[in-house]
Amino acid sequence: MFSNRGRRTAAIVAALTATVVLTACGAKTTDSATAGGAGAAIDTSGSAIKVGLLNSLSGTMAISEVTVKNSLLLAVEEINAAGGVLGKKIEPISEDGASDWPTFAEKSQKLISEDKVAAVFGCWTSASRKAVLPVFEKNKSLLFYPVQYEGLEQSPYIFYTGATTNQQIVPGLDYLKAQGKTSVYLVGSDYVFPRTANKIIKAYAEANGMKVLGEDYAPLGSTEFSTIVNKVKAAGAAAVFNTLNGDSNVAFFKEYKAAGLTAGGMPVVSVSIAEEEVKSIGTQYLAGQLTAWNYYQTTEGAANEKFVKAYKAKYGEDKPTSDPMEAAYVSVYLWKAMVEKAGSFDVEKVKAAAGGITFDAPEGKVTVDGTTQHISKTARIGRIGDDGLITEVWNSGQAITPDPYLKGYPWASGLS
Amino acid sequence: MTLVLSQLFTGISIGAVLLLIALGLSLTFGQMGVINMAHGEFIMAGAYTVYVLQQVITGAGWSLLVALPVAFVVAGAMGVLLEFLLIRRLYARPLDTLLVTWGVSLILQQLARDVFGAPNVQTRAPELLTGSIRITDHLVISSSRVFILVLALTAVAALTIVLKTTPLGRRIRAVVQNRDLAAVSGLATARVDRLTFFIGSGLAGIAGVALTLIGPIGPTMGTNIIVNAFLVVVVGGIGQLQGTVIVAFVLGVLQSMVEYTTTVSVASVIVFIAIVAFLQWRPQGLFTLRTRSLA
Repeated sequence: MFSNRGRRTAAIVAALTATVVLTACGAKTTDSATAGGAGAAIDTSGSAIKVGLLNSLSGTMAISEVTVKNSLLLAVEEINAAGGVLGKKIEPISEDGASDWPTFAEKSQKLISEDKVAAVFGCWTSASRKAVLPVFEKNKSLLFYPVQYEGLEQSPYIFYTGATTNQQIVPGLDYLKAQGKTSVYLVGSDYVFPRTANKIIKAYAEANGMKVLGEDYAPLGSTEFSTIVNKVKAAGAAAVFNTLNGDSNVAFFKEYKAAGLTAGGMPVVSVSIAEEEVKSIGTQYLAGQLTAWNYYQTTEGAANEKFVKAYKAKYGEDKPTSDPMEAAYVSVYLWKAMVEKAGSFDVEKVKAAAGGITFDAPEGKVTVDGTTQHISKTARIGRIGDDGLITEVWNSGQAITPDPYLKGYPWASGLS
Repeated sequence: MTLVLSQLFTGISIGAVLLLIALGLSLTFGQMGVINMAHGEFIMAGAYTVYVLQQVITGAGWSLLVALPVAFVVAGAMGVLLEFLLIRRLYARPLDTLLVTWGVSLILQQLARDVFGAPNVQTRAPELLTGSIRITDHLVISSSRVFILVLALTAVAALTIVLKTTPLGRRIRAVVQNRDLAAVSGLATARVDRLTFFIGSGLAGIAGVALTLIGPIGPTMGTNIIVNAFLVVVVGGIGQLQGTVIVAFVLGVLQSMVEYTTTVSVASVIVFIAIVAFLQWRPQGLFTLRTRSLA
């Protein structure tokens, strides 16, 4: 009994000590950052230039974010093999955001002030991006963000290489409209991205004579969809617009099929299901359904053939490539082009050089828009095949200029 | 009318899922009083059993049928191991059991992640169970849900027969109602405990097989389930099978009816409020077991 209690006390003391030490370390990091003052100090002394890779390598987001880190590393490797940037090899420093937003902020601070990196690549969820945004703005350092998101943001220190709403959701709706679908049902997870996206969809629908027959949100991780599917079915919409995230998609599509609903009768357009997710939901349930992205593994072109081949050679034949992975791969090449045009690693000079830079990406030619710091992208609607791959059924024909605040769309004027 | 009927069936099918996941727990928690937080991971083990078997057996229908007994044994064996290694040393300390089994659940989750990978795995459902049964033009019920309902009712019937008519059932009930007297009468209570735990955990395995038809199969699937399972058992009344059955269906129908007219989140809130109110009125749950034990 006594020895037990003794052990417990020792454990508590150890835990407390650990907390104190950790707090002290945290404080030190912040101090040195403040002392560093304005402008990110970049270490250009050595023969290599450091960049940060900030992805969740553990926790619930690891499944998705590890694939992004893999393609970032592939790009770095390719660039180094071709001679590096401004004569320097790229030295990637990887940090684990651990699917925890404060950790993302802490690690980005570490990369900027201790490693003195030239730029950071990574983040996936909007929550993690919002958490690191003030850190990059305060330190005047650069972040390249590779995932489609809900728009309505434009930080001077972030380059967005994933789609904003007018490059993914709006074209998705245009496609439905062109197919003669005059009514939709909205199903999404209950958090910021689906709610913002659905606000935009409702504004679009009103202006384009489309009816929104219902709108339902399920908590993240929810796996009971029988009632929602009943509601969808009773509403009799022409199509479903799906902004569910993660595991919920599995339960939703199993229920959807079980209720006798089909891709032919009432297609579902999803914006968060890429090749990797198709694998875990099951093609049995998904075959024939639609997705809206800017890139698929099957996208045609020499640049993509090279990318897919290189990725599979490095990570395995069974590993698919997806839209966020491609956007991450592209982001490293765009940074390289910006640095070379600026002739310097200096953040302000790189930013000034960014506008108009183009790159022959796997998804097709992309151009950096200097004002919004987003990139122009071609929108693509794809159909999920029996083999789990997604094939394009429609594309926007040309790269769409990014418009994160939807200023060019009169119907969106009421959104904020 | 059709709508009400179709929602009613949805409610009953939600109830059947609740019943399946809570049934094993009504034995281990309800009858034995063990708070086993790893129960959800036994369900996960049952689901992964289907996945593993489908690597060997190609026919989706056969693999599912074979998976039912195999999952029962796999999850049951895990339960016995847990009982033998940890829980039997902690019978007098329920709160420690809670923490220890929670730790075990985390270990099992990580184990699943290491063995099967962090992403969800997919299983194939037999074609028969991915479609639906058309009753009228508007009343269509999904065949996987019917299968789960039948499975749940069969499990309840089997468990009732075991508890009421077999010598094992008599022993289990004797130990639950008065452990000391049962021991004095010559029952090996430790062995009865282990067998009870085997059956309870095995039922979790069967629930896992059923869940592959409707939800994701991944390392964290157990955590999403375990709270609902405890809820059903507590509201039903500790130690009462009939309470578990009734409460599972009532909660299922309530959830689906409220959800249809509101949203998922509002429905969950209303169901929880109803539960809290009910437990204020009847803290002991729907049914109570009258025993002579002092506990």
